Amino acid sequence: MAEVTASARTGTLAGGAKARKTRTLWSDAWQQFRKHKMALTGVTTLTIIVVACVFGPLVYTKNPQELNVLRGMEGPSMSAPMGYDDLGHDMLARVLDGGRKSLLVGLMAVIVSITVGTLIGAMSGFFGKWVDSILMRITDLFLALPQLPLLLLISYLYVNRLKQIFGVENGILILIVCVIGFLNWMSVARLVRASFLSLKEKEFVEAARCIGATTPSLIFKHILPNVLSPVIVAATLGVGAAIISESSLSFLGLGFPPDVPTWGSMLSVGKDQLPFAPHIAVFPGLMIFLVVLSINYIGDGLRDALDPRSRV
Amino acid sequence: MGTYIIRRLLTAIPTLVIISMIIFSILKLAPGDPMSQFAANPSVPPEVRENIRRQLGLDDPIPVQYVKWATSWVKGDWGFSFSSRSPVRDLVGGRIGTTIFVMGLAFVLGLLIALPIGILAAVKQYSVFDQVATTVAFFGFSIPTFFSGLLAILLFSIKLGWLPFIYESNTAHAGLLGLVERFKFAALPVMVLGLFQAAGLMRYTRASMLENIKLDYVRTARAKGINERKVIIGHVVRNAFIPVITIIALQLPGLFGGAIITEQIFRVPGIGSLLITSLGASDTPVVMSIVFIISILVVLSNLIADVIYGILDPRIKYS
Repeated sequence: MAEVTASARTGTLAGGAKARKTRTLWSDAWQQFRKHKMALTGVTTLTIIVVACVFGPLVYTKNPQELNVLRGMEGPSMSAPMGYDDLGHDMLARVLDGGRKSLLVGLMAVIVSITVGTLIGAMSGFFGKWVDSILMRITDLFLALPQLPLLLLISYLYVNRLKQIFGVENGILILIVCVIGFLNWMSVARLVRASFLSLKEKEFVEAARCIGATTPSLIFKHILPNVLSPVIVAATLGVGAAIISESSLSFLGLGFPPDVPTWGSMLSVGKDQLPFAPHIAVFPGLMIFLVVLSINYIGDGLRDALDPRSRV
Repeated sequence: MGTYIIRRLLTAIPTLVIISMIIFSILKLAPGDPMSQFAANPSVPPEVRENIRRQLGLDDPIPVQYVKWATSWVKGDWGFSFSSRSPVRDLVGGRIGTTIFVMGLAFVLGLLIALPIGILAAVKQYSVFDQVATTVAFFGFSIPTFFSGLLAILLFSIKLGWLPFIYESNTAHAGLLGLVERFKFAALPVMVLGLFQAAGLMRYTRASMLENIKLDYVRTARAKGINERKVIIGHVVRNAFIPVITIIALQLPGLFGGAIITEQIFRVPGIGSLLITSLGASDTPVVMSIVFIISILVVLSNLIADVIYGILDPRIKYS
C-alpha cells in the first residue's frame, strides 16, 4: 500500500511544483511522529537509557561484581548514586551492566520472533491453499499454548544443557532469547499473512510477475516492503514485552541467576530486602518501567505515523 | 448455533491433545532423569534401580509413555508428587481454591474499573477526565505486576502498615470476621492484578466505543430524539461491547500467567506458587498437571470467546 501511495505522490510532483522537497514515506512518517509529544519523550528517555547502559560503564568505572560487604544495603549517596545491594555491590554499576543484558535480550528476542513471524506469515499468505491452512493451524496451536508456564518449564529443563555448551551467561541468554522469540511470533504471522493475502492480488504484483520476477523476489522485494509499517510497530512493542518476559523469568528465579545482574534478577534479589533496603528493588524496577513505558509510547506514535489512513 | 458450538468443541479436543503431546515431549526430551535421586543414593543397588525403572515404565518408548499418562490423566489419576509423596490431585485441589478466589476477585475488580471508565472516557473524548484516564491506563499496563506489587507492598504494608503482605489461607477467626480477614489478605494481590487487567481492558473499551460512536446508526438514534444516555447505553455500548467481551474472555489465561507472578510476590499458596516450587524440586508429575490444567483453561477461554462472539453478533456466519 505504501509503495502505491509513494509512487502516486511522485507522480503528482513530476507534473506540478518541482521546487518542493521530495516527500517520501519516511519523511511523512517523521512529520506525523513529531506531533506525538509522548512518543518523542519516549524516544528521548529510551535513548538516554540505552546510551547510559552501553557507554555508561566507560565513564562510571566501578566494577559491578566488586564486593563492599561493609557497605551492604547502604542507601544512595554521593559516591554511589543508587546505593549498594545486600552484598555490597554498587547498584548503579549493576543497573548499567544489567541493562545491557536486559535490552539485548529484548532486542534479540524480537529479531527472532519477527523473523519467524514474517516468514511464516509471508509464506502462508503468498502460497495460500494447503501451505496456508497448515501454517495457520500451527499458528493457532501456538496461540493456544500457555505462555508463561511453558516459558518457565523450558527455561528450567534445558538451562543446564545450554550452560554446558555455551557457558553460564551465554547459555542462559541464548535459551531465554529463543524461548521468548519462538513463543511470540504468532501475532506478527497473522498480521503479515493478512496483508499478503490482499497485496498479492494487486496490480503491481501482477506487473512484477509479468517482467519475470521470481517468487522470492516477489515476496521479499515487492510485497514485503509494503507490509513493513505494521511489522515495525509490532516489533517496537515486542521489545517491551520481551523485556518484561525476561524480567518475569529472572524474578521467578528461572532466568538469569542473582549473580548475573539483569534488571529482573536484581529485582528478585531486592524483593527479599524490601523492608530494609527498598532501593535495591526500586531502581531496577524503575528502569524496566521507564523502558517499557517509553517503548509503548513510541509504538503508539509509530502506529499513528505509519498508518496512511491517519494522515488524511 | 448449536451445531457451531459442538463443532467448535470438537476442534478444541485435538488442540488439547496436541498441546499435551508438546508439553509431554518437552518434559521427556529434557536432559535429566526422574530417577536421578535414586542414582545418587548409594544404598540402592543398580539392579534394583533398573527394576524400578522397568516397573515405572521409564524405558518404554515416549509415545507409549504418553498414551499411558494421557489415559490415566483423563481418568483422574494424576500420579504422585515426587517431593511430598501425596497424590497430585489432592495437592492441586488444595491449592486451586485460593487461586480462583484471588483471581476471581481481581477479575471482577478489573471489570468494575475498566468498563465504566472506558465508556465515560470515550463519551467525553479529549476531556480532562479522558486524558487522565488514558494516561493512567497507559502507565498501568506498562508497569509489570512484579514491580507494581513490590511498590504496593512498600507503600501499603511497610510505610503505612495498613495491609498484610504475606497471604495466609488459615484465618484466625471463624465466620464473618474470618471472611473479612480473608479479604484483607487478598487485598494487595487483588489490587495489583485487578488494576493491571483494568488498564488494558479500559483502552480496549474506549477504542471500541469511539469506533462505534461516530457511526451512522448513532446519528440516526440521536436524530430520532432518543436522549443521550439511552443512545450511549442502549445503542453504542451494546455494539461496542461485542469485541470487548471477546477480549475479556481471551484475557482469562493471561490472568493465570499473572497469578504465577503475584502469588510469588505475596506468597499466596495457590497453584502458581505450587508450580514454581515443584519446578525447583523437579517434581515432574505436579508440573505436568499444572501446565496442562492451565492449557485447558487457555483453550476453554478461546472457545468461550468464540461462542460469545457468535451469540452477540448475529452477523457472524457459522458455516
